[in-house]
Amino acid sequence: MTIVEIGLPRRLIEFTVDGETVRVPEGSTILDACTAAGKNIPTLCYGDTLEPANACRVCMVEVEGTRTLVPSCSRKAEPGMVVRTETDRTRLSRKVVLELLGSATDLSTTPDVAGWMTECDAEPGRFGPPAAPSSDRDERRPGEHEIPDGMTAATVRQPVKVDNELYVRDYGKCIQCYKCVDACGEQWQNTFAITMAGRGFDARISTEFANPLPDSACVYCGNCVEVCPTGALSFKREHDKREDGTWDESRQTATTTVCTFCGVGCNLTLHVQDNEIVKVTSPHESSVTHGNLCIKGRFGWQHVQNR
Amino acid sequence: MKRKNTEPYVRLTQPLVRDSGVLRPATWEEALERAAAGFRRTLETKGPEAFGMFSCARATNEMNYVAQKFTRAVIGTNNVDSCNRTCHAPSVAGLARVFDSGGGTSSYQEIEDADVIVVWGGNPREAHPIFFQHVLKAIHRGAKLFVIDPRRTSTASWAHRQLQLHVGTDIPLAHAIAREIIHSGLANTAFIERATEGLAEFAASVEPWTLEVAEETTGVPAELIKELAHTYARADRGQLSWTLGITEHHNGTDNVLSLINLALLAGHVGRYGAGLNPLRGQNNVQGGGDMGAIPDRMPGFQNILDTGVRAKFDAAWGSAIPPHKGLNLTQMLDAMERGELTCVYIIGENPVQSEADCEHTIKRLSNVDHLVVQDIFLTKTAQLADVVLPASAAWCESDGTFTNSERRVQRVRKALEPPEGARDDIQLLCELARRLGHDWHYEGGEDVWDELRTLSPMHAGMSYARLEELGGIQWPCYREDELEPTFLHGRLWEEDPAKRGRPAPFTVIVHSPPVDLLTEDFPIRLTTGRRLDSYNTGVQSGGFPSPLRRGETLDLCLADAVKLGVTEDEVVRISSRRGEIEAPVRIDEGLRPGLAFMTFHFPDEIDVNVITIEATCPVAGTAEYKAAAIRVEKLPATV
Repeated sequence: MTIVEIGLPRRLIEFTVDGETVRVPEGSTILDACTAAGKNIPTLCYGDTLEPANACRVCMVEVEGTRTLVPSCSRKAEPGMVVRTETDRTRLSRKVVLELLGSATDLSTTPDVAGWMTECDAEPGRFGPPAAPSSDRDERRPGEHEIPDGMTAATVRQPVKVDNELYVRDYGKCIQCYKCVDACGEQWQNTFAITMAGRGFDARISTEFANPLPDSACVYCGNCVEVCPTGALSFKREHDKREDGTWDESRQTATTTVCTFCGVGCNLTLHVQDNEIVKVTSPHESSVTHGNLCIKGRFGWQHVQNR
Repeated sequence: MKRKNTEPYVRLTQPLVRDSGVLRPATWEEALERAAAGFRRTLETKGPEAFGMFSCARATNEMNYVAQKFTRAVIGTNNVDSCNRTCHAPSVAGLARVFDSGGGTSSYQEIEDADVIVVWGGNPREAHPIFFQHVLKAIHRGAKLFVIDPRRTSTASWAHRQLQLHVGTDIPLAHAIAREIIHSGLANTAFIERATEGLAEFAASVEPWTLEVAEETTGVPAELIKELAHTYARADRGQLSWTLGITEHHNGTDNVLSLINLALLAGHVGRYGAGLNPLRGQNNVQGGGDMGAIPDRMPGFQNILDTGVRAKFDAAWGSAIPPHKGLNLTQMLDAMERGELTCVYIIGENPVQSEADCEHTIKRLSNVDHLVVQDIFLTKTAQLADVVLPASAAWCESDGTFTNSERRVQRVRKALEPPEGARDDIQLLCELARRLGHDWHYEGGEDVWDELRTLSPMHAGMSYARLEELGGIQWPCYREDELEPTFLHGRLWEEDPAKRGRPAPFTVIVHSPPVDLLTEDFPIRLTTGRRLDSYNTGVQSGGFPSPLRRGETLDLCLADAVKLGVTEDEVVRISSRRGEIEAPVRIDEGLRPGLAFMTFHFPDEIDVNVITIEATCPVAGTAEYKAAAIRVEKLPATV
């Protein structure tokens, strides 16, 4: 007989955040507790439907008694813990992390990041102007490190990959947060079409042998696009509209309805601009989808607007 | 080989009427009057039983409610059905016979919390991908997955064990599992004694199906049958799920009942995490039936033969509902052939391409004097119509609800305006009702839903506000201040016999092999199914550019291809006792010698339903799409 643990109800624990006492269910992270208490801790790699990857280091906080700062998205709250979210150390750490990310990566489509940069006086430009995009990033082998010229900031910029009609990869915007890898891998889709390749600064998200998507294992569920925090992955329609200057979120409505294909009943949020569906997401709190869809749910809407 | 790309369908934006055999554009007034006049003429000359409604499993609950109300209250017949007949009607018939309710018994969360999951005759990794994510969660937590399918599918690649049976031998396999459970002393006797009846007769009926006999008949090794029997019976929480591999047979209802027998033996129903779940193929096939768009049930699955039920609806609608069951879709098609059903109203369905042996369906639909088709596209079915009414797309251009495979009623919301010239389904039905003397007014989906809630106890507690707040509610939901458990039939575990209610009966079932016999002339078994990026007759899924789409192919294993002297991409002739088609070959190592696979996704290119067999389940009326006998021939070289 196999027995699967289905868990017990959780107890509440009590700890301190910035001098305030908070009570949260056992197993909550510091970030969960802070969000529940109305605090806004910046984070990029945190995904509400994913196990924390601890990659971006933007959400670091101070915990009394620990030597280093701790990532609030993955550290579980413990009874009696004393947490500080706004100290000189946390501010300096956040400033440097955002500057390094901003100097190496194109964060122009990352929501909220400009505000966080201003709040902590981050100046990505102090590392020099960004170096030119490279076209051979996908081919680099471990150990082939480029020697920086000292005049420009090394970047991950490279040409945008447009190799299919459904979604686009712009890895110049990728902060390697691993969310797409986790969504494609064991946590949700279990297709394992993409993962990390390379080492050090040459580390990048890639398909097997850096093949174009149509030659990869990708099944176009778009769950990677759903979780991408920077716009490195985007729907082709959105990409095209941004290119031709017609993408305008202020004119868009988002309406949640139910998919028209199989009977599983996935929730779809249709983003509509000028009476045209321009992208489809899925509500992360839906007990049916948890934010995930298949190719038909994500892209199968075109038929209604073939007019 | 470069495969032909079919042009996507373009939205209908103008009504059409047929004059001198040709469909021509018309005004809305002219088209609606023409449609209504045909209905009136039928009622005057032939009476209500000459009318048939094909309602729509793709449209909202509200539309289905109004469509069956139109059929019953305006026309005065129970001849209303939808495409559930071509897919899961056997599941509904089987579950309703044993448990009095035709829905899947568990929620998706319970699938994640199961410890053994049996997927029988289904490929959810491709056909129900998000359901399969719940299964994958369970597997990662330690659950065992058994997959029973003639093909080694992408679902099967996740299985702890796969049982690759011969097409159409599900009943012998289920019987052997049952016999093994009984003989090993693993039957849940406490549950059986308390909540079931008929075990002795059932046990006697499966006695001949030893593991050895079953291995011989099904092709599944005896030890695998034994392992499945023991693992399922010993599990704490066992889930049994199936799709069309079980239902699309000439004895689909018997197949379903043979699976239900296993759940009763093991006590895997009526408890959290243990259940029986048909995975529905269409977004609202569950809801369409729940809304009474079936010939034998009123909304809320209430029995049409019950005088009290009819009286309640007649009082609310001012109708006189006929006191007998109507014709199901299969019977309606037969009645068209006999000239008894002469007037048909089809909403959003495409039977010309979805029915088995489609040449026969075209002949039958061409035989009626008045055919009204309401759709968003000029489908092959609409092309036969006398009147075509351009509709809006239910899921994104109207407000309403759908009911999913876990019985969850969820809100459908209007996100965009339909194209100029298209109208909402419910408005069209109400307009036609008005022209036939019934003054119905619904401000929107919520008005219809609130009327339904007063008539269907199992939906009574689901206001739109509450559906919104809770992210959907599973039926039954009797009161606005309560929620029922996420699983059905908990009553079977009650100690008090009064609360327990009617026992769930075991069913004695006799195996019957596929109707289309394999012979020297037709030596290969063709089975059918779905692919990940495409859907049914392709009318909708053909509208987007999928990088995965390969077009229709005849899938064969390498050994068969070598034997036939054909190579991948080579176009071959495929013949059955009904007709013949041509398609390119694709090699699929998930198939075994003697087994071929095709889909229905590209009928405009390759019409697979020309060769499928129309043999239907006598209880549910579903055709044997899964088991045709075919011959594959190399084409002569062209000079």
